[in-house]
Amino acid sequence: MAVVGPASAESLVTYTIVDDFSIPESLTGAPGDPVKGREVAINRRLGNCLACHVMPIPEQPFHGETGPDLDGVADRYTEGELRLRVVDSKSINPYTMMPAFYRVEGFHRVMERFAGKPILTAQEVEDVVAYLMTLKEE
Amino acid sequence: MRHRTAVLAGAVGLSLGFVGIAFTQAGDWGAYQVGDKRSGYTYAQPETQAMQDDDFENPAFLLVDLAAEQWSIPDGELDKACADCHGDVENLAGVGATYPVYHEGWGKMINVEQRINECRTENMQAEPLKYDSKGLLGMTALVKLQSRGMPMNVAIDGPAAPFYEKGKEFYFERRGQLDLACANCHEDHAGEQLRANRLSQGQPNGFPTYRLKWQNMGSLHRRIKGCNRQVRAEPYKSGSDEYVNLELFISHRANGLPVETPSVRN
Repeated sequence: MAVVGPASAESLVTYTIVDDFSIPESLTGAPGDPVKGREVAINRRLGNCLACHVMPIPEQPFHGETGPDLDGVADRYTEGELRLRVVDSKSINPYTMMPAFYRVEGFHRVMERFAGKPILTAQEVEDVVAYLMTLKEE
Repeated sequence: MRHRTAVLAGAVGLSLGFVGIAFTQAGDWGAYQVGDKRSGYTYAQPETQAMQDDDFENPAFLLVDLAAEQWSIPDGELDKACADCHGDVENLAGVGATYPVYHEGWGKMINVEQRINECRTENMQAEPLKYDSKGLLGMTALVKLQSRGMPMNVAIDGPAAPFYEKGKEFYFERRGQLDLACANCHEDHAGEQLRANRLSQGQPNGFPTYRLKWQNMGSLHRRIKGCNRQVRAEPYKSGSDEYVNLELFISHRANGLPVETPSVRN
């Protein structure tokens, strides 16, 4: 068990990684909103999950293919495992292309207006996780 | 002065017919593919390819034609034109395919844009042209056009070696809030869809290019800046040492691909 703290970024909430693989507890202490999470996944300025992943979002014409298809992802991972993948996928696989959506350190030459800020807020992370948890294959 | 022909067909010794057939077969890109190396042309839409194929349809030639006129017009304190030293611009055939090269006086690499400006300031005593100005884009494209169809042939040995290493380091270094290196997209995932865009190998052999998104011609460094901004990284300046070294790395990486300047890309 490791506790990761917001060393220099006051705004980040502290979270706990369990077994190097999972963040079981919500960053906000409350469940996210899957409807909002779906919007975050579509929004190019927020999650933009569709840049890299095929998702069951048929009204959006273009889905990326550099990452795995997320249909059925809730069958493959627990909520805590998905949360860690959204928060900081590189803590699992340092070679992954996937950005860390809730991290502010360890970056190189971040554009000034994004410096010190995570890509998503804690609430947006929770909303995305809640949405991903709905992606079960029938 | 200029040769408006079907791109590459004559220069690489392929018949026009062969090229035309090659492009209709998936995975066979004729002169635009050399081993594993694929020109950006092979990732472009057919309409975009058609614009490049016909010099009269290629909007880049507006600036190239202006540069071709400029070639013989004296400028600067010494009242000299490019043609006074170089003669016909065709004499520069092959030169553009070898850049960037090591510059003894500078102790670092120099690209075509910078060489043109060095010529202007040193040999003509004229004002340097701004990096992404129409004048410099057109003249750079005119110079590289003289090598069109010739294989990229950039050397990285001798004094160029440490600069190549710096460019390589840049290429594989993650940057920006999205924490992505050039290699993540253009080495590992070329050909795959990134939402509405298809990732190319990021080959530089067609620059300066006419880019549909810009509705204008632009330099390789401008394109790299755009990539850097997309990963939310602070870009460097056009003509910076960082970008020239990166240009060296990716130009050598493109060795063997034909020069396509001025290409058309989306």
